[in-house]
Amino acid sequence: MGKRIGVEVSIAIADAVKLARAEVIPAYPITPQTHIVEHLAEIVANGELDAEYIPVESEHAAMSACCGAVAAGARVFTSSSSQGLSLMSEILYIPSTMRLPMVMVVANRAMSAPISIWNDHQDIMVQRDIGWIQTFAENGQEAVDLVLHAFRVAEDRRVSLPMIVNIDGFTLSHVIEPIELPTQEEVDAYIPPFKPKRKLDPRKPVTMGPVGIPEVYTEAKVAHDHAIKNSRKVILKAWKEFADHFGREYHPVESYKAEGADTILVTMGSISETAMTAIDKMRDEGRNVGLVRIRLWRPFPAQEFRAATKHAKVLAVVDRCLPPGAVCGPVGAELRSIFYKIPGAPKIFSFVAGLGGRDVTVERFEEIIDKAEQYSKRRPKELYEVIGVREK
Amino acid sequence: MATNDAIIGWKTITFGCDVVEPGNSANFRTGDWRSQRPVLDKEKCIKCGMCWIFCPDMCYSQTEDGYFEADMEYCKGCGICAHQCPKDAITMVPEEG
Ligand code: SF4
Ligand code: SF4
Repeated sequence: MGKRIGVEVSIAIADAVKLARAEVIPAYPITPQTHIVEHLAEIVANGELDAEYIPVESEHAAMSACCGAVAAGARVFTSSSSQGLSLMSEILYIPSTMRLPMVMVVANRAMSAPISIWNDHQDIMVQRDIGWIQTFAENGQEAVDLVLHAFRVAEDRRVSLPMIVNIDGFTLSHVIEPIELPTQEEVDAYIPPFKPKRKLDPRKPVTMGPVGIPEVYTEAKVAHDHAIKNSRKVILKAWKEFADHFGREYHPVESYKAEGADTILVTMGSISETAMTAIDKMRDEGRNVGLVRIRLWRPFPAQEFRAATKHAKVLAVVDRCLPPGAVCGPVGAELRSIFYKIPGAPKIFSFVAGLGGRDVTVERFEEIIDKAEQYSKRRPKELYEVIGVREK
Repeated sequence: MATNDAIIGWKTITFGCDVVEPGNSANFRTGDWRSQRPVLDKEKCIKCGMCWIFCPDMCYSQTEDGYFEADMEYCKGCGICAHQCPKDAITMVPEEG
């Protein structure tokens, strides 16, 4: 087992990609993802990793190069953020239906305008439906672990789908945390060499990415939908084996003092650590509250989520994304759907907080829980509420 | 009325929707929706092959006497050959019916 050392999370992620033996890294720098790709460029230039580092001219080119490299049979990694991720958007739908596995870390950041380099989840929610497997990390160790897990899952021949690991920009990407990096032997034992189901080979010509006429398009998309739904089994098994190899256990959703809690706070990403502090404080004050954190965002773990919250009366869902004109934030909408018309379902209240780097403090979480409990007695006028907005 | 129902099931469609049979675009008739066709005037043709080079659907092939002939199974009537011909030997004429 490797040593536990204080290291910036971005650097640790780059080291994890090296341990995973990435072979092609097409990347374009953007705050707050920059340190990841900078450090990878350094590692490749120093000869520590035998990989092709492609300093492309844009994120659009980065994702295009990723697709080509996977099609040729290489293990591929890239990383992006916010506007850069959006510039990839045209290409992002392609590797998923084409079943080209790769791993991308998204250092989550707000979308302009106004220009913001700070953290929230709007960038990835724009890309919610690209058909990639998506996980959200809470801390630096988890970010590293989820990256290793992602290579293992994405490249599994039964899955063969691209995968995104979301890490909060700055609050994760730029902090120094104690992180244990496994040894090369340990990672090699967990991630086997990439054996693609098919690749570009002049001896066995195929056309990848052809036109899908109306007579086949639906079926191609349904095949993709089934592939991502079926990836669930491999995702869970790879986490179980991760625990066997490295001793840390992961699940699609994480519960904290949620057992038997009347009111459950629901979060994704690094604000969950502050949320736990808020839950501890409220528990000390005699409140029956808990926390459930969503780690696996796509495919959505409906079953596990329902099980984790089955005794709750109230769910207070925190979205770090404000979709103007929608009925509520994307996480809130998802949860309302999975509980619709289920007998004994909790009442679900949707909150938007922590946009563009605004801190979500312990007090804010207390406010969210208080409001959700009040609303369960008297229905609010709106379907969601933005927390901490100054009026004048 | 024509429908565009599925021609393959989601369970049997190729992995990633690949085309695994090389050159099978020959099976795809692109000539069905042509509204005009190229007609060659052999008097003007110098057998340069520009039509053959530029046709986007590779309709043209050279005949024994050296002229180039477009295959109407595939010609979609775009008129590129007529536009490229240095001798104005190709005229696009409307398809009837
Ligand atoms: S009209 Fe277009 S498709 Fe037809 S032969 Fe000329 S170039 Fe080819
Ligand atoms: S381009 Fe015109 S001149 Fe040249 S071969 Fe074709 S028809 Fe003849």
